[in-house]
Amino acid sequence: MSKRQQLLYLFVIFTLMIAVAGCGSGGDSSETETSDKAVIQNAGSDTMVNLAQAWAEEYANVQPTVSVEVSGGGSGTGIAALINGTVDIANCSRQMKASEIERAKANTGKTPVELIVGYDALAVYVHEENPMNEISIEQLANIYGEGGNITKWSQLGISHSTCSGDEVIRISRQSNSGTYHYFREALLGNTADFKLGSRDLHGSKDVVELVEKTPCAIGYSGMGYRTDHVKVLDVAKKAGEQAFSPNVDNALSGDYPIARPLYIYSLGEATGKAKEYLDWILSAAGQKIVSANGYVPLETGAPMTESSDSSN
Amino acid sequence: MINRSRLESVTERIIEGIIRFCGFSAILFVFGIFFFVFREGSGFLFSGLDIGQFLTSPEWFPTSVSNKRYGVLALLAGTASVTALSMAIAVPFGLGAAIFVSEFCGPKLKETFKIVIELLAAIPSVVWGFIGLTVMNGVIIDLFDAPIGLTVLNGGIILALMSVPIIVSIGEDALKAVPDSYREAAEALGATRWQVIYRVLLPAGKNGLLAAVLLGIGRAVGETMAVLMATGHSVQFPSNILDSVRTLTATIAAELGEAPVGSDHYQVLFIIGILLFTITFIVNLASDLVVKGIRNK
Amino acid sequence: MSTSATTSPNPVTLDPQTRFRETALVRRKKFTEKLARLTFLTMTLLMIFPLLLIVSYLIYKAAPILSINFILDNPVRGMRAGGIWPAFLGTLYLVGISLLVSAPIGVLAAVYLNEYARENWFTRIINLAVVNLAGVPSIVHALFGLGAFVLFAGMGRSILAASLTLAIMTLPVIIASTKEALGAVPTAFREACWNVGATRWQTIRRIVLPNSISGILTGIILQVSRAAGETAPIMFTGAVFFKAIEKGDIFAYGLFDQSMALSMHLFTISTQVPNVPEALPYGTAVVLLGTVLLVNALAIVLRVYLRSRKKW
Repeated sequence: MSKRQQLLYLFVIFTLMIAVAGCGSGGDSSETETSDKAVIQNAGSDTMVNLAQAWAEEYANVQPTVSVEVSGGGSGTGIAALINGTVDIANCSRQMKASEIERAKANTGKTPVELIVGYDALAVYVHEENPMNEISIEQLANIYGEGGNITKWSQLGISHSTCSGDEVIRISRQSNSGTYHYFREALLGNTADFKLGSRDLHGSKDVVELVEKTPCAIGYSGMGYRTDHVKVLDVAKKAGEQAFSPNVDNALSGDYPIARPLYIYSLGEATGKAKEYLDWILSAAGQKIVSANGYVPLETGAPMTESSDSSN
Repeated sequence: MINRSRLESVTERIIEGIIRFCGFSAILFVFGIFFFVFREGSGFLFSGLDIGQFLTSPEWFPTSVSNKRYGVLALLAGTASVTALSMAIAVPFGLGAAIFVSEFCGPKLKETFKIVIELLAAIPSVVWGFIGLTVMNGVIIDLFDAPIGLTVLNGGIILALMSVPIIVSIGEDALKAVPDSYREAAEALGATRWQVIYRVLLPAGKNGLLAAVLLGIGRAVGETMAVLMATGHSVQFPSNILDSVRTLTATIAAELGEAPVGSDHYQVLFIIGILLFTITFIVNLASDLVVKGIRNK
Repeated sequence: MSTSATTSPNPVTLDPQTRFRETALVRRKKFTEKLARLTFLTMTLLMIFPLLLIVSYLIYKAAPILSINFILDNPVRGMRAGGIWPAFLGTLYLVGISLLVSAPIGVLAAVYLNEYARENWFTRIINLAVVNLAGVPSIVHALFGLGAFVLFAGMGRSILAASLTLAIMTLPVIIASTKEALGAVPTAFREACWNVGATRWQTIRRIVLPNSISGILTGIILQVSRAAGETAPIMFTGAVFFKAIEKGDIFAYGLFDQSMALSMHLFTISTQVPNVPEALPYGTAVVLLGTVLLVNALAIVLRVYLRSRKKW
């Protein structure tokens, strides 16, 4: 074999060795406890993932020795990870079910502790050229729910000229997202399902963006996902009652019918770095990020920490 | 000296053992994949899941509070429709390109085309999905006056572009394997190029071309990110190519993250995984047998 | 192809003036020849054209944001501005570690198949397994990674679990091209070596591997490109939505940390983060596509260069 080929051969081995050395030293720092940089693992709600990301990004400036890993996936993911003990804190846009709390207790021996960190209002989005301005929960139930009979915009008394087929294109979320669960519960209670055939998108932003581009569409997503090119409908509890627009005041007062608290769960009372992080989230600095991301911050004053005994 | 040579023969044996083990590893991994996917899904597969309903019901309500239903028929229809459309586009074009590259190109041009096709194959599926979501969505709405652009058509075109490279490269190999004497004989008899292609090349290379198509189908059935982003993700039977659908792969990708480990829903997603594994296994096996058919001839 | 003279319908006429003149049949044949060429050329171009169109469109859209700082900066303001450094680094880690695992196994497996295995049913099964491994859908690999590495082996969602999943997924790429490279080494080389008393392994190490290094490298490079672009297998095994790391710190991730990845980042910012400036996802797509295509181009250049230097 030629010199050059020997060199090539050596080069390959050398590269591999460097790579080994590289990840070897990476491996050293991987032990969360021993390294100088603590890792807080944070998974859960898709609704909250951007909020969690914003917290994590800002917290890297506040507390440079802590690195927060944020993954989305959904409330279910966060809860599942909490039950398996693989995350420190879980974001949830719904409350943990009693069965889930039991499982977490059985699995880890610790009780999940609930913390409300803000509120979110689910906004109902339509295309900006849609003439509709308000909608009632009943109408929404008839659009989305199984057995509901509204499939055309004209049935809602709307003449929607830019929508060529007059068909209501339902945009929804994948069926295990917290947003989907909450919206279904708000519309139909816990008794019925949504019709099949809706476009079940993977992300909260995806919904808004698709509504933006689709004249016939109607969709729901957190009010923080609003853009300048969609229309947000006012929502009334019942047909004929006053409709309210989704905003901070209406969400806090309870006038807006589809608003919900956002939770963070930890396994047992949070301690150490995780506690510092949660305290910071509830502080004015953390809550400022809540409103900056289009969510509803907690009322100023007492941060509410309530130990979860919601197995009722 | 004796010690040394014994040492050498021991090393040799050890190395040979390692090499053998690595050689067998592929089998190990395929079984491993089946085993672990099966293991996660088996609990519900054998107790609880109504397999008849699973395969024949279009009702996919994995998170219903009152009445959970796990029917994948609509998802199967989604996968089938997108795959069929993509093959309807990719097979003629892919085979056409294979014929062009193998029969009409000089060596330089051939090399160039092969490189471009190789690059086409390298585009990550999430980039294709992104293109489907941002670019093609608008194009389809404008072009077809469709209410929504995330459709079978969108996914089909993207999957076609994704599976063309494999059809071209395998198809070209198949045509290359047809002996030149066949072509020469046909031309000596006065056949035109069309006739050579239709009457000689396609029949002679038919097994290889079939294998190429099968591998293309395997690719299309198993594609995940692109269809997740481009087909609209809607559980329904498509009535035309401008309907949205949802595929088996996209369902797993979208829902696995939020299904609590060990729950029925989670296990059903693994069962869909078994189904996908089985489908692609059969497709690959078929293409392998078809190729073996050529070799034996 | 020169078929004109022999197929002339008038073989009796030997007048040199008319003998080589085009008859109607020859003209028709030439025409169909051209037509066939044109048809198939069009079909080929229709497949290639999208590649050029897509790449140029993506670059055009991404142009305002593309710079070296885009790769080296951390994302800021909720991933709506700044760069993609953590994702880029994460992809390097995932690809590097998966390469460390799959390269030796893949090369040795190919050595086995080409140098040791006999023509029998067992070898056929191995070959079939390789083909099937290549054909398993990426999402099934993800399920496997989750079931085997994350849960069964207890690695949790981590860079290690995600890399191993990628390694198994990309193994066939290395096996296939290494096998081809080994097969191209003439048997005479091996025989010469055996004749001077070398053992099988010595022959492989001294003769076969050095002479096929180009093909092996090509396979390894293709593995890198494949691994860098995959999303589905890492989604559930180790890629996160966000992780704060220090800018410029190349040892920021540990083996058991989770990491961001370019492909995942493209997916999340195009479906989950609201109000992202348009150029940002396009920029990410271009960096991902550029990395993959560059790596591929490297493989092609290497192959062409080494092939031109081949001595047998």
